[in-house]
Amino acid sequence: MTARVGVITFPGSLDDRDAARAIRLVGAEPVALWHGDHDLQGVDAVVLPGGFSYGDYLRAGAIAAFSPIMREVVDAANSGTPVLGICNGFQMLVEAHLLPGGLIRNAHQQFIRRDQKLIVENAETAWTAEFTAGEEIVIPLKNADGGYIADEETLKRLEGEGLVAFRYAGVNPNGSQRDIAGLTNERGNVVGLMPHPEHAVEPGFGPDTHRVRSGVDGRRVFTSMLNSLVARV
Amino acid sequence: MPTIVVNVMPKAELLDPQGKATTGALDRLGHGKFRNVRIGKRFELEVDGPITDEVKAEAREIAEQILSNSVIEDVVDIDFADGGAA
Repeated sequence: MTARVGVITFPGSLDDRDAARAIRLVGAEPVALWHGDHDLQGVDAVVLPGGFSYGDYLRAGAIAAFSPIMREVVDAANSGTPVLGICNGFQMLVEAHLLPGGLIRNAHQQFIRRDQKLIVENAETAWTAEFTAGEEIVIPLKNADGGYIADEETLKRLEGEGLVAFRYAGVNPNGSQRDIAGLTNERGNVVGLMPHPEHAVEPGFGPDTHRVRSGVDGRRVFTSMLNSLVARV
Repeated sequence: MPTIVVNVMPKAELLDPQGKATTGALDRLGHGKFRNVRIGKRFELEVDGPITDEVKAEAREIAEQILSNSVIEDVVDIDFADGGAA
């Protein structure tokens, strides 16, 4: 059976269709979900896409995190459904307290867009199992509020329990503490990251790696999720 | 209509990139004696009805749960427009 993966559109979402495209490219069925509903339509996994929901008013991702469908997302996450938050989606996950810490304005105050090197630190989550721990990948990064912060105790716990999923390599592009680019929860079903795996899933459109626009390193984020669904059944 | 004012600031120990950039601008404009600008938020909430103890409690909850994120910000004061701050 084809896996059904929900992509939630909020007012101001930008990358919902790219996320749906990535899901289709790995052989699953994307299901468009709406922020104002209370219905996940029985999907097997959920993606919170990038963008600037509600203009990033109040705090990035904050108003979206209080939207109706997020109650269902929190319940689904707590019962083990794979949930991925990309960029604005990562900000929603921390605002919804599904992941610890916070994301603030980039230290240099600029919006940034670059092909970003990452180290996959935890390759045992629902969204990273197709990688190898320590593997270096390149996917696009584009954000204004990507600076990850948490108190020292939280940072120690994240490191001690292996909850850092991705770390910036080469350059820390936004002042994130401990170069943190993405996190997972204890159970490994919820992952949030600032860079955009959904923009690196198709040859000819991804970041430049060994050839021009050859990068497809984001693809395995989605194939990992599909395999984790098979493993759950 | 009575108005409740909530002031929120980024936590003192965290980098405030907006404040830092503004400090730099002041310095360039010859106002170098003004240091460590920090930028917070002021919320004004008009209340439909009198400000009772229940309304105050509700406003406090809103300030802490919605208007601020305790990971990165502090609610520094709430002015209930009745001459007393909380």
